[in-house]
Amino acid sequence: MNFPKYFTIWQKLGMHSLRLTAWLVLVFLMLPILVIIPLSFNAEPYFTFTQGMLALDPDAYSLKWYEEIINDDKWILAIKNSFYIGLCATVLATVLGTLAAIGLSNPVMPLQRMIMAMLLSPMIVPLIITAAGMYFFYTQLGLAGTYLGVIIAHAALGTPFVIITVNAALSGFDYSLMRASLGLGATPIQTFFKVIMPLIRPGVISGALFAFVTSFDEVVVILFMAGPEQRTIPRQMFSGLREQINPTILAVAVLLVVISALMLMTIEYLRARGERIRSGEI
Amino acid sequence: MSQIELTADQMVNTAGAGQVAPAQSSDQTILTAAEAAQARKNERRRKTVACLFVTPLLLFVLIAFIAPIGTMLYRSVYHPTVSQLIPDTLQSLSGWDDSTGIRPEDAVLNIFSLELQRLAKERKAGKLAEEINRARPGSSSLIKSTARKLKKIDRNELATGGADQLLALKPQWQEVELWRVIKRSGAPFTDKFYLTALDLSRDKAGDIVPRDTRIYLQLYWKSLKIALLITVLTAIIGFPLSYYLANAPAKTANTLMVFVLLPFWTSLLVRTTSWIALLQTNGVVNSFLQWTHIITEPIEMLYTQFSTVIAMTHILLPFMILPLYSVMKGIDPSYFRAALSLGAKPIPAFIRIYMPMTLPGISAGALLVFIISIGYYITPALVGGTDGQMISNIIAFHMQSSNNWELAAALGSLLLGLIMLLYWVYDRTVGVSNIKLG
Repeated sequence: MNFPKYFTIWQKLGMHSLRLTAWLVLVFLMLPILVIIPLSFNAEPYFTFTQGMLALDPDAYSLKWYEEIINDDKWILAIKNSFYIGLCATVLATVLGTLAAIGLSNPVMPLQRMIMAMLLSPMIVPLIITAAGMYFFYTQLGLAGTYLGVIIAHAALGTPFVIITVNAALSGFDYSLMRASLGLGATPIQTFFKVIMPLIRPGVISGALFAFVTSFDEVVVILFMAGPEQRTIPRQMFSGLREQINPTILAVAVLLVVISALMLMTIEYLRARGERIRSGEI
Repeated sequence: MSQIELTADQMVNTAGAGQVAPAQSSDQTILTAAEAAQARKNERRRKTVACLFVTPLLLFVLIAFIAPIGTMLYRSVYHPTVSQLIPDTLQSLSGWDDSTGIRPEDAVLNIFSLELQRLAKERKAGKLAEEINRARPGSSSLIKSTARKLKKIDRNELATGGADQLLALKPQWQEVELWRVIKRSGAPFTDKFYLTALDLSRDKAGDIVPRDTRIYLQLYWKSLKIALLITVLTAIIGFPLSYYLANAPAKTANTLMVFVLLPFWTSLLVRTTSWIALLQTNGVVNSFLQWTHIITEPIEMLYTQFSTVIAMTHILLPFMILPLYSVMKGIDPSYFRAALSLGAKPIPAFIRIYMPMTLPGISAGALLVFIISIGYYITPALVGGTDGQMISNIIAFHMQSSNNWELAAALGSLLLGLIMLLYWVYDRTVGVSNIKLG
């Protein structure tokens, strides 16, 4: 670190200790995630480092927990379910959320603030309450224990994120472009897909990613509402952690970390792109 | 870089941001009546179009989300089970004054014996027993065994002499208290679940009195304490990192931000799993501490309140860092420098000049962390043991294990009320429409 010349020794010391603290916090944030990566290659069925692992003995490491995932029908079903439910919920949430965000960003919209607070409420209400309420209600409709029920529930949880991201993308939107397009003879549908959509696309995609992660991560609603057929990865992990802990869960966790890293990269790319669109570079 | 971006001036401007100001034309052109009508028509059309865009989601959220929560709230006060099981008895009991200390007339008991016999034949007596037992422990076996014996007695005999039969089978049917409980359990709308959720009950005279054992209030109190502790911890831990990131060169800050965002994006179950691997008896932390000879015997850290707090602090830390970071980035460093050059000591200058400017970020982060942590379920359920359970866990328990859905609904409604209050405060101070992601 380069300090200005007028800094006293105490100020320099203060800056150094700040840097040290900041790094310690970063270690606290990252270490729990990093520590499971080597543990998932453990040859022994433990959640801890064995002597062999510390000595870097190749025999102490193995891929057997990853093989176990592939060979276990339950995990394969859970993986399929997670993607199927996640994708369906994402499509539903993204379409409805994008339309609503466009309507809400229009200044003529009545009761804007109240509707916004209501549409964002699924994000704030604790999942256990949502899950309990949905369980009562969806059972009466015969939707509990069905894919449709779980997809609707997850879509409802994902929409607030779509509204927020699309709303942000629309914050710099120039409505005269829309009027120009309509004035030049384009139909409303053409205007939507050819004029509005390309400009807000980064917001829509990052909203969709948020909606997907919300569903992909969600376990409380699944716990209450889903039947054994709709078990997802988090649900399978939850019962694994409660019943018999073995490193297969760690292997799954590492795969999930990889997926999150990919999503983070996509989001960051989209965010940078969205900023450039807003500033008029593209 | 931040997921949740709240700038200081946004916070100031929210007061009137939600209201839509009517378009004011600066030039005083006078419109003809036809033009004005046309303008109104256009305005109406634009409004209709905007509403059409919002309606599908509004309907969807109403049906898929608001209605379920609404039915849950309704369920916490509406409980018709007993009134559906023994409608005739309750009808005849309505004329009985339960404060006299005399048991209902024989006619009422006759009707009840008939209904109990019918329930026994339909195998529903257990349901009634369970309901009455909740209000008066010990009644379950009385009702069940009476029902069993009533099955063998002739219907006509019960219609006229059911009261004698009941009393002959079990003398407890003489008790006024029992009938009082049956009468009260029969009311379809009830506040008893809320009373239970608040550790209250009704005494014989019907007055509300505190219960001897306080379970739920204590649990609410504990959940509030844990949530507050987590909020304070995330603020203390998050502040130096946010400050460092906000004042580091852009390139360093962007790189280091990945280390904040990756945990944020990582599945909550993954992070909980990591903490189990770290904290368990033979886990990484204990092995490390033993290896360095700091301790000789492993410490029991998992399945305690400590593990709940540390895991949740880790999980919720990004929710504090992100708003704090974006507020700090918007703070002009020259104020602090000015204070220094005017002769202020660094620490008082930091506390009196810089810290107040970070308040919007801290309050946004703190409210967010507090709201999320108060209703947390998964992490306490997995790492909390008995001592680290929060209010959500007892709601889940009543949903899944004890099957007392109405009590679960009442407990949930109280929690929901608390969260809605905080959400309202958040909307007033920060503005929900100012939450930005990505």
